[in-house]
Amino acid sequence: MTWGVVFFPGSNCDRDCVHVLRSVMGYPVVEVWHEDRSLDGIDALVLPGGFSYGDYLRSGAIAATAPVMRAVGELAARGAPVLGICNGFQILTEAGLLPGTLLHNASLRFRCHPAWVRVESDRTPFTAGLRPGMVLRMPVAHGEGAYFAPPAEVAALEEAGRVVFRYCDPLGRVTPEANPNGSVAGIAGVASDAGNVVGLMPHPERASEGLLGSIDGRRLFESVVGALVGAG
Amino acid sequence: MRAFRVTIMLKPGVLDAPGQAVERGLDALGYRVEQVRVGKVVEMILPEGERAGVDEICARFLANPLIETWTIEEIPAGAAP
Repeated sequence: MTWGVVFFPGSNCDRDCVHVLRSVMGYPVVEVWHEDRSLDGIDALVLPGGFSYGDYLRSGAIAATAPVMRAVGELAARGAPVLGICNGFQILTEAGLLPGTLLHNASLRFRCHPAWVRVESDRTPFTAGLRPGMVLRMPVAHGEGAYFAPPAEVAALEEAGRVVFRYCDPLGRVTPEANPNGSVAGIAGVASDAGNVVGLMPHPERASEGLLGSIDGRRLFESVVGALVGAG
Repeated sequence: MRAFRVTIMLKPGVLDAPGQAVERGLDALGYRVEQVRVGKVVEMILPEGERAGVDEICARFLANPLIETWTIEEIPAGAAP
């Protein structure tokens, strides 16, 4: 299978994602420029973290208007796995491919440290190889990561099993102290209605090599491979 | 051409972290302030005959209707940059 990683002006985790998918995991990776209009030949796509367009207007808002985003929407509509990490998550919400939005951290601080998340749903290609209740350790690094949606929408997401990850302590307990940014209901990641588009604030690509202290993040990418091979 | 000034504010109830930060700064300087809210101002000049309304531009791009409200005022065309 072939992965794609989209480069926006101001992306800064693009090389990390390419490194993990290509050098660590051994998959072909297409480096996609934000002005590209075709994603032909790409089976699964990653929108990496960073500060596209300097976070001007709102995080992700300007990147969501990039030419490549029409193709991203079409790829998502065809059911291909699409993962937005950090700024990539913000871009997907601004593009209307994921619900809700990300506000300034309640603490006003840029939070950059290891975090733990509990897998809440295995009905996405990125968690198909995991089990609900599993705890993953991945770093967070963001200033605007407080997930927000109106209460009725959050309730609908919960009901539909579209909350994919929730911040927790190392034992899997969802507590206010484990929530690094004030996200409503401790939500760290959500999925689209069909489940194939997922966004999360923590960085799986920074937790994909033993040398970096955790390989939990790699399991998201491995899940996709398993899901696609299983489906194919 | 016509010039517009759009003021975008977070909806009441949405956490305004920058507003709280400014409030604390004012407090540290000794000013008595009940509440501070921080928003954005966007000025733009539209060409004559532009069909898209300013409200549509706000709803679709300048603001996020999920969390923000906006007000539009027309300003003298010479006043915008």
